Amino acid sequence: MHDGSSALALVLGGDPALYAIVWLSLVVSVSATVFAAAFGLPLGALLALSHFPGRTAVIVVMNAFMGLPPVVVGLAVYLLLSRAGPLGSLGLLFTPRAMIIAQTLLVLPIIAALTRQTVEDFWAEYRDELTAMRIAPLARVATLLWDARFSLVTTLLAGFGRAAAEVGTVMIVGGNINGFTRVMTTTIALETSKGDLPLAIGLGLFLISLIVLVNAAAWGVRRAGEVRAG
Amino acid sequence: MRPPVSDLPLVLDAVSVVTREVALVRDLSLTIEPGAPTVLLGPNGAGKSTLIRLAMGLIAPTSGRVTWGGRAESDGRRRAMVFQRPVMLRRSAAGNVSYALRAAGVPHAARARRVAELLAQVDLAPLAGRPARRLSGGEQQRLALARALARDPEVLFLDEPTASLDPAATKAVEDILRAVAQSGVKIVMATHDLGQAHRLAGEIVFMLRGGVRECAPADRFFAAPATPEAAAFMRGDLVI
Repeated sequence: MHDGSSALALVLGGDPALYAIVWLSLVVSVSATVFAAAFGLPLGALLALSHFPGRTAVIVVMNAFMGLPPVVVGLAVYLLLSRAGPLGSLGLLFTPRAMIIAQTLLVLPIIAALTRQTVEDFWAEYRDELTAMRIAPLARVATLLWDARFSLVTTLLAGFGRAAAEVGTVMIVGGNINGFTRVMTTTIALETSKGDLPLAIGLGLFLISLIVLVNAAAWGVRRAGEVRAG
Repeated sequence: MRPPVSDLPLVLDAVSVVTREVALVRDLSLTIEPGAPTVLLGPNGAGKSTLIRLAMGLIAPTSGRVTWGGRAESDGRRRAMVFQRPVMLRRSAAGNVSYALRAAGVPHAARARRVAELLAQVDLAPLAGRPARRLSGGEQQRLALARALARDPEVLFLDEPTASLDPAATKAVEDILRAVAQSGVKIVMATHDLGQAHRLAGEIVFMLRGGVRECAPADRFFAAPATPEAAAFMRGDLVI
């Protein structure tokens, strides 16, 4: 317990370097969630409403990709962005942008798969009504996403949680460079291996609090919205 | 604007709908003309809902032909439908009507006024801002009516619209339907409620086991049903 309290004091003590780490963690994970949502929400909804040969296979693969190992995603993006890789000329490797790209790929299947499930349930309920109103396919997607908005908050939270908690991709494509690409999870990994347990524990507690806080806020928004919109 | 084309008369010609070896509707022929409300009367399972879905264009017949105003294809922009249990969008009452107006192609500038008119027409104006899913069953059914009327329909189909409502809510819906019919909208309604058929129908289509058993003006039907099944149904016997 002594370790934990001194660690918290360290974290809350106002060390600017530490705040930079926390800030970068938030920026990377929130950006990745936003980008993944921009693609994953429409993708999942389209998949929920479409029928084509091989659809089941796509759904199975997408669901399986929810459990993609972060280090493998990191490795793939590393190969893509490394000097010799196809996108090497962009010079993105070991930058926060690379971390956002990698986490987006990690979160995308989660958001798409959960959205597909949610929207499919809504579609079962709305099908007759929307068909009778002659709503065009793309407008159906928009309608279902909007009407499922409160349920989809949970989907986005699942995506954000995954991004904020993982260490594998950001370590590989970010490189854990001090003051540039170091985030909370990579710091915890590094400090633990260095033996600076108080800092690691403090950051760990802080990371957990942050995730709880984000979830609580999202939950509050969801509840308030549900009360207003029914 | 395209020249208005009529969906009437609506003709079902030797139509069958078969799913998984079961015939929901068998070799049914029926013509729906403009005029007083047509009520599809019959016990549950007679094929009333299937007929309405065919006429609305929601399902295609397994065999036979459906035509609207002589055309086999119709975009259905002037047909609207109210279900027994309408699904309320997760928006306000006004939001639901506004959505339907948008779907019907009503320009944005005209929508707010139409929303107010339609909500007033179904007596829901004070509840415009209320989440639709918080409305009572009767209020939801009236909102579903407003949503259907937003399409400015030529034909309005209703599938047992008051089956799960109490008498007061039923009366409110029927009053609206009467006014709608008087404004020139053709109403085609399925019901198993004899009293409701009595109150609303101009024409009765009596259905049994996936077919039309009898089709007659309402007064003639109620005075002297031509078939023993219809007579039995009107006596209150269990006809299946």
